[in-house]
Amino acid sequence: MKQLLVFIRKEFYHVFRDRRTLLILFGLPLVQILLFGYALTSEVKNVDLVVINTSGDLLAQQLTARLQASALFNVQEKQLSPTEIENEFKKGHIKAALIFPSGFSNDLIKIQRAGFQVLTDGSEPNISKTITRYLSTIVQDFRQEHSTAALAPFTIVPELRMLYNEEGNGSINFVPGVLALILMIVCTALTSVAVVREKETGTMEILLVSPFRPAMVLVAKAVPFLLLSLANFSVILLLAVYVLNVPLAGSLLLLFVITLLFIATSLSFGLLISNATSSQQVALLISMMGLMLPTIIFTGFIFPLENMPLPFQWISNLVPAKWYYSAVKSVMLKGLGLAYVWKEMSVLCLMTILLLTITVKRFQIRLT
Amino acid sequence: MELLINHKSASPADNNAVIECRDLTKKFGNFLAVDRISFSVKPGEIFGFLGANGAGKTTAMRMLCGLSYPSSGHATVAGFDVYRQQEKIKRHIGYMSQKFSLYDDLTPLENIQFFGGIYGVPARVIKERSRELVRSLGLEKEATKLVSGLPLGWKQKLAFAIALFHQPRIVFLDEPTGGVDPVTRRQFWDMIYEAAEKGVTIFVTTHYMDEAAYCNRVTIMVDGKIEALDTPASLMQQFACDNMDEVFYRLARTARRKDP
Repeated sequence: MKQLLVFIRKEFYHVFRDRRTLLILFGLPLVQILLFGYALTSEVKNVDLVVINTSGDLLAQQLTARLQASALFNVQEKQLSPTEIENEFKKGHIKAALIFPSGFSNDLIKIQRAGFQVLTDGSEPNISKTITRYLSTIVQDFRQEHSTAALAPFTIVPELRMLYNEEGNGSINFVPGVLALILMIVCTALTSVAVVREKETGTMEILLVSPFRPAMVLVAKAVPFLLLSLANFSVILLLAVYVLNVPLAGSLLLLFVITLLFIATSLSFGLLISNATSSQQVALLISMMGLMLPTIIFTGFIFPLENMPLPFQWISNLVPAKWYYSAVKSVMLKGLGLAYVWKEMSVLCLMTILLLTITVKRFQIRLT
Repeated sequence: MELLINHKSASPADNNAVIECRDLTKKFGNFLAVDRISFSVKPGEIFGFLGANGAGKTTAMRMLCGLSYPSSGHATVAGFDVYRQQEKIKRHIGYMSQKFSLYDDLTPLENIQFFGGIYGVPARVIKERSRELVRSLGLEKEATKLVSGLPLGWKQKLAFAIALFHQPRIVFLDEPTGGVDPVTRRQFWDMIYEAAEKGVTIFVTTHYMDEAAYCNRVTIMVDGKIEALDTPASLMQQFACDNMDEVFYRLARTARRKDP
């Protein structure tokens, strides 16, 4: 036991004296969280919208006020000609325009039917669609309030609600994905490189000749990265909750246990890679190409799994991060309990046991 | 330097031998890497193990160090059986390989603490002995700087000192002076003699024939077999050569095996 502690202390020296390792360990999570949280956001906020209400129509003004109250739009009221509107679009000053015809209120009151025109920037189709959807929701609400029940008895208004993420906060989905990615990098890549380095420098031989048990070498290599991964997990979680306003709906303890399980899976993967390779470059290449890419593609946090051809969906089941991502989403965002994530947890458990068995078997073969 | 040549003949039946091999064999499939070698090494002896690349030196040494099991034959190291008591053997041997075998990103002191630690040397003893060691190596100023900044010669000396740190009965040195300048090599051999005088058995492989002459006894392996085993002086006499170089070439020339 004392020998193990001596060994673990040495591993920490290695980590804290290697600038590259430190950068991956602490720089990467920060950059990824901020990148996914702010730069790569798909949400729509503060859309520049111009409202053209030439006749100063009363109901149109009320509707405009409603739009102004929403955080989604930056409403400017202007009197612009069609060419001027187009110019504004071209210069990128506005993303949408709302044009009320004269006699909007009049039509609405007399024939219960009035229209207005919405122009959006189609060069950004996603944003365009989102704007139109938001606008129609707001208009629906407005119409509901202003039409008496007698006049429109059969109006059916679909009320759309995005469950678990009512504000359409885009970072919410990324956080579990980034968590999976970072833990995978730290546990798999760094661990495999740490073991292979001993082989490259020749110190592994010295360790094997010593009375220190070979299996304990693996434990001593894994422990520092386990602890550092937990630290990383806490940092990402704090950033997510306090900087990106991602809710933590479920049990923190359960989230912690699931994360621990995923870390174990990733560490076993790293140890297996380090067993199969003998150069740091190869180890890094396998961890990066063989695991990072599948993690990004098959986890479902960037590309929806449901849209993939069936064979790819089967492959995705082999990627540990997929199960972790799904479990974290359930617990963190939906607030679900153990009853809903036991399947994911057992899959991760099974994977860990399988990987560790292969690793230990291989390690013993290498010795004889 | 005066050579301390040990003329005591060591027969395989010798009871106080510290390493004892009888018909030790290692097979990889159909390939006989080590073919029925027998020898014994006495306490405090400097035992040279020579052979061209691929002759089976490293394989033989790995079996004696408890890194691999023999295919057949018997061997004991420090009185422990190589089949059943590998863990006990490991406690009583030190090892230093041709590759530089310390951690570059640790200081000399941290290296000493680490290796002492995994051999189970108590922390208090490590503290005392490491201070002594650093002083005797003349590394006081460098003790808390990273090993990567040390010249290769000093690193090798430090590695040797660390291999002896847990006071093993036998030290296995696998081409310990590769790439080191002649002056440092000489100093290194002084350290080896000093250790041998204290009763530590030295088992050393080397490519340098002048170093072979420093050993008490020398074995020359060819194609997995021991072709010669005696003191350097007797070997030179036996093969009617002026130096160990010639002896080695006479024997190694007959090898049919190439590098593995």
